[in-house]
Amino acid sequence: MALAQTKITATQERLNALRLSQSGWSASARADAHGRVIAMGLPVRRDEYWKYTRPDELTSPNVINAEVSAEDNTSIFGSLDCLSIVFEDGIFNAEKSDKLEDAEITLELLSEVNDLDIHWATGLYGVLETKGQAPVDRPLAALNTAFAREGLLMHVKGTVAKPISLIYLQNSDNDDVMLHHIIKMDKGASVTILESGPVGARCNIVMEAEIEDGASLNHVRAQGRNHERRATTHLFARLNKKSQLKSFTLTMNGALTRNEAFIEICGDDSVAHIAGASVGDGAFHHDDTVFIIHDALRGESRQVFKKVLRNGATGVFQGKILVKPDAQKTDGYQISQSLLLDDDSQFLAKPELEIYADDVVCSHGSTSGAIDEEAIFYLNSRGIPKVEATNLLTLAFLAEALSEVEDEDIAEVMERRLEDWLTRRL
Amino acid sequence: MLEIKNLKVSLEEEDKQILNGVDLTVNAGKVHAIMGPNGSGKSTLSYVLSGRDGYEVTDGSAHLLGEDILDMEPEERAAAGLFLAFQYPVEIPGVGNMTFLRTAVNGQRKARGQEEMSAADFLKQVRAKAKSLKIDADMLKRPVNVGFSGGEKKRNEILQMAMLEPKMCILDETDSGLDVDAMKLVAEGVNALRDEGRAFLVITHYQRLLDHIKPDLVHIMADGRIVKTGGPELALEVENNGYADILAEVM
Repeated sequence: MALAQTKITATQERLNALRLSQSGWSASARADAHGRVIAMGLPVRRDEYWKYTRPDELTSPNVINAEVSAEDNTSIFGSLDCLSIVFEDGIFNAEKSDKLEDAEITLELLSEVNDLDIHWATGLYGVLETKGQAPVDRPLAALNTAFAREGLLMHVKGTVAKPISLIYLQNSDNDDVMLHHIIKMDKGASVTILESGPVGARCNIVMEAEIEDGASLNHVRAQGRNHERRATTHLFARLNKKSQLKSFTLTMNGALTRNEAFIEICGDDSVAHIAGASVGDGAFHHDDTVFIIHDALRGESRQVFKKVLRNGATGVFQGKILVKPDAQKTDGYQISQSLLLDDDSQFLAKPELEIYADDVVCSHGSTSGAIDEEAIFYLNSRGIPKVEATNLLTLAFLAEALSEVEDEDIAEVMERRLEDWLTRRL
Repeated sequence: MLEIKNLKVSLEEEDKQILNGVDLTVNAGKVHAIMGPNGSGKSTLSYVLSGRDGYEVTDGSAHLLGEDILDMEPEERAAAGLFLAFQYPVEIPGVGNMTFLRTAVNGQRKARGQEEMSAADFLKQVRAKAKSLKIDADMLKRPVNVGFSGGEKKRNEILQMAMLEPKMCILDETDSGLDVDAMKLVAEGVNALRDEGRAFLVITHYQRLLDHIKPDLVHIMADGRIVKTGGPELALEVENNGYADILAEVM
């Protein structure tokens, strides 16, 4: 189908503001991606998967402003023993980072190796993103593949003891940051990747993860708390045999956030859990769009998303489980819930199941509710004041999502941050 | 301790008066029982005293230790020493029983200008009190009342009462849904808390609870009023003859 002229024009305007790198090993992947963006066109509200979220601010060629928040420029994971890698306005900062050395992992910067002719990431850069373009277009991810100049190329060879903590600081009020990370997990390797910080006024982050047999990737991120920031992220992952992916996202504030995950389980006996907890107040629009494909035996997938919304905040969930004909014994679970703390907030959910195998267990549920007044009265009657009772119930609501974070120290840091948010906001 | 005068209450949503002038005085150290047919206003009285939404006090007063409680928030009444053991304890998924108890204990202490109880003291107390109510460690860890049996829920109410050490305890049909053994256990828990500085108002349908928790006075409530007051023998009379005779006599 031919694209509408308005879409072609808007896409061209955005592309004109960017410059395509034509050197090095990634040049052909970038050229391909550039071609895909032109063919697909950037998203508009009329597109099926954008009907709940206005993409204009993510696609606009104009500069977006989000004042730097000093409070947000510290890492939530700072108290944990990690290998820290710091990006400032999307550019690697060596001074603030730990040395990129570890026997079990090779870490390289896209900006440093981009001009080389040969690199191991050639077979990965943009590859999973390309596969992730069907059956639903993800033009912002292709845009990232074409134009991202920075990112971390991680080759995980064994068990990495310390979490790798990517910290995104923001110094400029109007930076437009694109980062493209590659994670190659060898057989049996395991690593925890943390992401935190404000990133920039607007950001577009893509992560592509190839997870070999028996490997395990644990991904936890805490998105920036700046009220004005706009963010779009994509996680593309391919799971081979007996491998595991756990990804959890905590989001507080932000004017606009769209987190997409495209997960393909193509090896038998693999596990993928994608979860998120988000809390928003006022001009907050948060969208989780998740697509999990089961294409192997005995795969297990979980999608657990909880959103707390107040003062007119909006939450969106679009989640799909696709079970291919041969993916017998699949166990798929999907839950998306919102806690609406007032009448002005809204939650828009579109759960989808598409199942072609006959011996599977798949369940999904989606609810929107207010705080339980009976429970509030019960807590009040025991001497717990309304505000505290509401906080307690709100944290309880988020608990199922938070319990997806296996590492107790990391989970505790997140919980404390949530408590902090609640006590300041409610 | 508790002084209720001519209390008249209607439902906020419908123009229906439920309490039609309740007069009741409970002194420190005493146990009073309230019995009465269904719909006589017993539970409403307990809810109004504890501050539940949805009721409108149209006349009368209620004082706890000389303080007017009707204008207080539920948590302020709790801090002032009022406790309601619910007929149907509420399940709260996601909130651990221990967290709940500790937040409640410290919430009340804070409201009274006392220091928070230390984690160690709290644990010690909870464990000792839970043990005497046969509440195991697992029940303390689980979310509040979630998946608890009827008996476990009621025991959990008594544990909260024991930890919060209120002055005025209202037990709303605490015996409902309990087997004989569970009822004994709950009664023992209540009796252990009886002392000179504490009073109880026990709402029940059945005399058998009063075999275990011996009341000083028994009140019969009907049509939103207390219509008759007597000693423990009044409960036996109800058990044997029902309410018909008493109501015929007073109304």
